[in-house]
Amino acid sequence: MTEDIDVGAVATLVEDSGEMGTPDGTREVGRSRRRKEDAKLVTGQTMWTDNIQLPAMLHLAVLRSPMAHAKITRIDVSPAMSMPGVVAVFSGADLKDELGSLPCAWPVTTDMVQPDHPPIAYDEVRYVGDAVAVVAARDRYQAADALEAIEIDYEPLGAVVDMEEALKDETLVHSDKGTNKAFVWPLETGDVDAAFQDAPVLVKRRFIQQRLIPTAMEPRAVVVHPVAAADEYTVYSATQIPHVLRVMLALSTGLPEQKIRVVAPDVGGGFGSKLDVYAEESIALIVAKRLGRPVKWTESRSEGYQATIHGRDQIQDVEIAADRDGRIRGLKVDLKADMGAYLQLITPGIPLLGASMYVGIYKMDAYRFSCTGVFTTKTPTDAYRGAGRPEATYAIERIVDELAAELDMDPLELRRRNWIQHEEFPYTTAGGLTYDTGNYEAATERAMELFGYDPLRAEQAKRRESDDPVQLGIGISTFTEACGGAPSRILGQLSYAGGGWESASIRMLPTGKVEVVTGTSPHGQGHVTAWSQIAADALGVPFEDVEVLHGDTKSSPTGWDTYGSRSVSVGGVAVHLAAQRTVEKARRMAAHMLEAAEGDVEFSAGTFSVKGSPEAKKTIQEVALATFAAHDMPEGVEPSLNAEYVFDPENFSYPHGTHLCAVEIDTETGFVTIRSYVAVDDVGSVINPLIVEGQVHGGLAQGIAQALYEEAVYDAEGNLVTGTMVDYLVPAAPDLPEFTTDRTETPSTSNPLGVKGVGEAGTIASTPAVINAVVDALRPYGVNDMRMPATPERVWRAIREGSTGGDRAAEGTIAWGGSQTATTAGAESGSAQ
Amino acid sequence: MIPSEFDYVRAGSLDEALSVLAEHGEEAKVLAGGQSLLPLLRLRLATPSVLVDLSRAEELRGVREDGDALVIGAMTPHHDVMHDPLVGQHAALLAEATSTVADPAVRHLGTFGGALAHADPAGDLPAVALALDAEMIVASGSGRRTVAARDFFRDYLETALGPAEVLVEVRIPKLTGWGVRYEKFHRVAQAWAIVGVAAAVRREDGSIAEARIGLTNMGPTPVRAGSVESALSGAPASQDAIGSAAQSAAEGTSPSSDLSAKSDYREHLARVLTRRAVVAAAGVSS
Amino acid sequence: MPRIRVHVDGTAYEDEVEGRLLLVHYLRDRLGLVGTPIGCDTSNCGACTVLLDGHSVKSCSVLAAQVDGSQVTTIQGLAEGEWHPLQKAFRESHALQCGYCTPGMILASVDLLQHTPDPSDEEIRHGLEGNLCRCTGYQNIVRAVRTAADEMGASA
Repeated sequence: MTEDIDVGAVATLVEDSGEMGTPDGTREVGRSRRRKEDAKLVTGQTMWTDNIQLPAMLHLAVLRSPMAHAKITRIDVSPAMSMPGVVAVFSGADLKDELGSLPCAWPVTTDMVQPDHPPIAYDEVRYVGDAVAVVAARDRYQAADALEAIEIDYEPLGAVVDMEEALKDETLVHSDKGTNKAFVWPLETGDVDAAFQDAPVLVKRRFIQQRLIPTAMEPRAVVVHPVAAADEYTVYSATQIPHVLRVMLALSTGLPEQKIRVVAPDVGGGFGSKLDVYAEESIALIVAKRLGRPVKWTESRSEGYQATIHGRDQIQDVEIAADRDGRIRGLKVDLKADMGAYLQLITPGIPLLGASMYVGIYKMDAYRFSCTGVFTTKTPTDAYRGAGRPEATYAIERIVDELAAELDMDPLELRRRNWIQHEEFPYTTAGGLTYDTGNYEAATERAMELFGYDPLRAEQAKRRESDDPVQLGIGISTFTEACGGAPSRILGQLSYAGGGWESASIRMLPTGKVEVVTGTSPHGQGHVTAWSQIAADALGVPFEDVEVLHGDTKSSPTGWDTYGSRSVSVGGVAVHLAAQRTVEKARRMAAHMLEAAEGDVEFSAGTFSVKGSPEAKKTIQEVALATFAAHDMPEGVEPSLNAEYVFDPENFSYPHGTHLCAVEIDTETGFVTIRSYVAVDDVGSVINPLIVEGQVHGGLAQGIAQALYEEAVYDAEGNLVTGTMVDYLVPAAPDLPEFTTDRTETPSTSNPLGVKGVGEAGTIASTPAVINAVVDALRPYGVNDMRMPATPERVWRAIREGSTGGDRAAEGTIAWGGSQTATTAGAESGSAQ
Repeated sequence: MIPSEFDYVRAGSLDEALSVLAEHGEEAKVLAGGQSLLPLLRLRLATPSVLVDLSRAEELRGVREDGDALVIGAMTPHHDVMHDPLVGQHAALLAEATSTVADPAVRHLGTFGGALAHADPAGDLPAVALALDAEMIVASGSGRRTVAARDFFRDYLETALGPAEVLVEVRIPKLTGWGVRYEKFHRVAQAWAIVGVAAAVRREDGSIAEARIGLTNMGPTPVRAGSVESALSGAPASQDAIGSAAQSAAEGTSPSSDLSAKSDYREHLARVLTRRAVVAAAGVSS
Repeated sequence: MPRIRVHVDGTAYEDEVEGRLLLVHYLRDRLGLVGTPIGCDTSNCGACTVLLDGHSVKSCSVLAAQVDGSQVTTIQGLAEGEWHPLQKAFRESHALQCGYCTPGMILASVDLLQHTPDPSDEEIRHGLEGNLCRCTGYQNIVRAVRTAADEMGASA
């Protein structure tokens, strides 16, 4: 990808306003600005939540259930009370009235089963890792020691880890609810029966979305600073959603919202896992309130693997109907989604975020979707990068490849015959959404050039012919996604409790410097840099003169935070629009200062001038200072250039792209190596190409990791077998290829900047590209699907058996092999001597 | 996660360490580089009451020649072993395998002796020690004894070391001029070997005069692929001969079925990787 | 309790520590040097990497008691007046997003370039295999290390 932006589309939009650009006349938007965020990060001056030390602060440690499902028959915390350094110990019963229930903000159907979710279990535990008691001690070592002194007895109630087993309702996760079925949510468009009846070609597959652990590098942490006399609380949390968290803590604990300040200090990644309201956040708040002292809780990684939400875990039964010439007639999707033991903040909505996206970029007559939410005795699931859309994209891109194989047609050709042509936008799909823009032809053409599709197909044929032990596979993913967090109106129609708007404020300081206040809450995305670029252009001030405030409900009182690739297309647009309001206020003041009619005052590159008399001018900084002094304001005008804008988009934005992946498979061992990977993404207009490229890289890594490496495995008793980083395989640098990335730019028409989201695109697109490549390589062996992750063993078995590679059941768990935490733990290289 | 409490003893010498061990018996653990032990302590899977740090016992560090053998101090870090010129010349298999152990930071602290004493069958070095016919020099308050590698690894994470004993040196017969290869098969760079094959081959004219093959993670202890070694002895250094000898690589092994692999797959890998390791070690072009 | 004397980022400290105190907790909780973060409990992630007598180690897998008499360099002590070339290169190449892995990634890279001043991309990837990043997909990290290697080579 080029360093300098291809200005085309961006410039068009920017020029339309005719008023943008920094004082030296250059435009910030579109430049690969190095990030303002980095100085503190590369020097170790970051403020992670766990870095916060407050006077008299206590450390919390949480005792967790070792049982997947059991009744607590006895708990005695008193022995822990006498341990060194311990100040207090609480069981669930001690705190339950104050803690309330953890919130689920997305009752997807009116009859959804919504169980009570106590932050500390007091009668039953429902997954390994469910909190049962909390210790407050003077340091973290003493807190950890005290956990071992708590006495607790359990009566097992039976684990249920498999969704289809759970649906038999033999072992109930919530016995008072009488069922493990949380909800059934249907969607149907067109005449599905007609589309499938007499369809010349039908292809059906069952795809398994394995359970994943998001693994943000910064573990979760929370610090609560109470001011007891005033009943005021500052909650510092490693969260993506300080604003949502404040509201939810107020609702669940009954503390007044205005008495709670939530700060997300520097946050080290989230990927959805910090888009939640967690037990430990409520617990810390209530314990700090009880004790009148600051408290800190920080999870360890293995603790987080149990106590922080997981992602995916769905069974997808997919059927596609087509004509012989490849025209798609219809699609049926029957989805089962594992909720885990409880409904976290948006657990039930996650699979439904993909409901409309199973149709992908394709035209078809009819579509039927149904999703069943299922309770199991496992860690709750919730948003993980892509949230619903990776699953949808995987299903459609996989089944289209299978249809191509059935028709003996090139998979790219089949896609071409069915995708929405660029001149057909805006286009309302069978999924019911109206895609505003797109150009699948352009992205695909560019990807093909970079990839060398035809030579690779020729090499593949040669390897097949010579029975080469290393086989080549080519995978295609022509994806789209819906992002931007939607208009609030649509979220309401989907029964989501929240909104989708975003706020931004511009504060013009007396010296002409600027503070941008945003409701987004970055945790690695670079909003400080990108929002500075947007504001600098709109206000005509230097990039360096802009500061961005975020993640603190005191300085940034309103917002919906950061998730779902929403920040630029909602929050970034709000910054742009707020800055325009500031310019309009300044124009009125400038007109007054220049003794000209407001309509005659032009604004360009930070300077107001009078039409026809170019020597009469005032810079925006001069206007700011004069407004601050307020000695001579126009009649009826307040002395302030500050402005706010709350932007609620009229539609989602629809990034799309074409990803091509070539894999080599060692057929003797089953090992898959990615030989080349080309990603051409269309994320609309681009604020900072460097940041966009980085987002794509990281997204690809996580999508590839789902395809090849990562899987959370539970045994039949409900123990998380992949309980540490030794067994849950996050790829390191040698495990990933060098990516080739490029972009096409088809601006979104859903917002005035033409931007779409980019945070999830790489993840959504790449998983099916890799698996399609693996299946493509193995098709001569009779393989027509592959379970994820495509481990060498699965691939090897698939080659021998013509199968999907089968389950990776956690059988024989007590064994040697460096794979079992219980026996080996830790990185390699022994030193138990 | 945080370790349980223990008394930390920084032994200034081997003798001091031995006397502490003699006093505390099973309650005490030796801390070498700590790169397996520290995670175990943190997860509270190991809870010794006394930890004896050997890092100041300078006499346990370094590599020296002793006639037809190399003697490697148990406290020599992996990083030093893999870059040691004597090891490179006379025990190249060890150098190569050590370079695959964990990652650079772990190799700076983790030690050769520590890895052998930990005896994780998925660890790379026990199979190498076995293949090289290493001898373990073990010290206790009552003197020193020598234990052959084949007698040292007793069971899963279990060695011939008694509670009051310390592995002090490893004596490795020189295999100067032998071709070597360590084939490590793992899913990602950080993962332990699903199977590893350590092969050293001496060629004479066009044949394989002698071969030594150790298998990683094919049972609760490292295993020698004895029947492959016999089949290779005097065999032509060719793809076919090696391939057919390697067919018996899984004989006499007892690999586990666990999260990383089932036993039949491990057996298959042992055959494939043995062929590849020997082909490479013998310098046969593929 | 063991007594330790240690130089951290050029400052001498002498402290009594619990035998079980991890070096990373000594740095963070006792010395207030919170620039070194903790990312796991199994020594996989490498976020806590520091230099111990010039060599990279994972400070979560070392006892404070073990480093008596040693020099420890954390990310907070790496810059000498101006930033280290790797710090500059990480920013220039956009080799970080959330930045949580960055201190460890940079110190592991310092160690790598000491041993391999002119590494290939593959050597860089393997040299950093003990450090996990969840944001960047590693590509820009590789780019940054190569850039720093070039700069350090040119100025050497």
